[in-house]
Amino acid sequence: MAGLLKNGIRAATLARQCSRLAVSQQRSYSEMSFTFASPANVYYTAANVKQVDVPSFSGSFGILPNHVPSLAVLKPGVVTVFEEDGSNKKFFVSSGSISINEDSSVQVLAEEAHPLENLDAQAVREGISKATQEVNAAASEKAKAEAQIALECYEALQKALEN
Amino acid sequence: MEAIMSRSVVLFTPQLTQVRGMATLKDIRLRLKSVTNIQKITKSMKMVSAAKYARAERELRPARSYGAGAKAFFESTELEQDKTQPNQMMVVMSSDRGLCGGVHSGICRELRNKMNENKGSVETKLVVVGDKARGILQRTFRENFLLSFNEYGRKPPVFADAALVANAILDVDYKFDVASLYYNTFRVTELPLFSQEHLAKAEKITTYDSIDEDVLRCYNEYALASLIYFAMKEGACSEQSSRMTAMDAASKNAGEMIEKLQMTYNRTRQAVITRELIEIISGAAAL
Repeated sequence: MAGLLKNGIRAATLARQCSRLAVSQQRSYSEMSFTFASPANVYYTAANVKQVDVPSFSGSFGILPNHVPSLAVLKPGVVTVFEEDGSNKKFFVSSGSISINEDSSVQVLAEEAHPLENLDAQAVREGISKATQEVNAAASEKAKAEAQIALECYEALQKALEN
Repeated sequence: MEAIMSRSVVLFTPQLTQVRGMATLKDIRLRLKSVTNIQKITKSMKMVSAAKYARAERELRPARSYGAGAKAFFESTELEQDKTQPNQMMVVMSSDRGLCGGVHSGICRELRNKMNENKGSVETKLVVVGDKARGILQRTFRENFLLSFNEYGRKPPVFADAALVANAILDVDYKFDVASLYYNTFRVTELPLFSQEHLAKAEKITTYDSIDEDVLRCYNEYALASLIYFAMKEGACSEQSSRMTAMDAASKNAGEMIEKLQMTYNRTRQAVITRELIEIISGAAAL
């Protein structure tokens, strides 16, 4: 009777261990710990999402779980996050960095990041005209480069709003 | 003759004590007024810093995740610092304003210990943010100063402040082998910083795909600014909370002093009145 009980307990422990093993396999397959933050707001902290599309200077790419580890620099553009339930959220980022680590954790750190709904189309249009003027009127190389950066950012903003 | 002598003696002593008593009375009254004023000041400082602390903590919450994200890459590549290397740089976060308990002196003490440990072998340069730490460290480590920043601490820190510090560090172009960031989080914390060459040499960096020197440099610069921002936020929060406690203790101490002074004042006043009465009575008796 005691022997039966002990076997029963052992079987239960083994079953539990096996299920944990199976679960952990499943977890490492489809889990990505995603952190998306700016100095002012944090949008995702170690969240589980399906895919993230990021604009970077080496091209826009999508990050899925178990992506090869990499580093990249953010370009002004739209970050799209595809969440577990199928919905997707878009944010406009100005600049920053992306790091994908070995354990499939992704950190997108943006200097400025705002949901697209918060953007004002009128302000973007005014910004573009002002920036174009500044590029043409720029005196030194440095001023021209700064005005050019501003113009590129505004154009990216407009493209984000159009889509 | 003796009666006159004795009377004059009797008259003399009370007058002396009376004069002394009255001067003491005025002194005590003055002291009481000044301590009460100071207590009002410390109470209001405590309330102001309580409000600032609430705001700093609210802003710290996203900054914590941000800082954790910035640190994640360095932790994941398991980069280590070799403290025996010759060129070291220490970045110290404090602020311009005092009356905040032990935060500034604590961080300077920690720094002094570290510098004294390394004295012979390594050359350490300091980057100091905040006038208080600069004042404390200037006395002993003036030659080690690389950069110092002030006008910091009145307003809550923003990313632009951190970017300013990061840019200055990168511009000054001091080739360091080991660098650390010291800041307060209710105790002094050290965060390792890495130079670009160090990152490139790390063994795990090869697991990272499609990295060229440009990307690494941009990443490192941005990470430096992010870590400094994180340290600034944490430091500001702990400074406000330390100031709150310090001002609270000061107000309590002032309250105790006021009570004691009040007691002394009452007793002295009563003593003076009694002496005046004795004087008058004995004077009347003499007449």
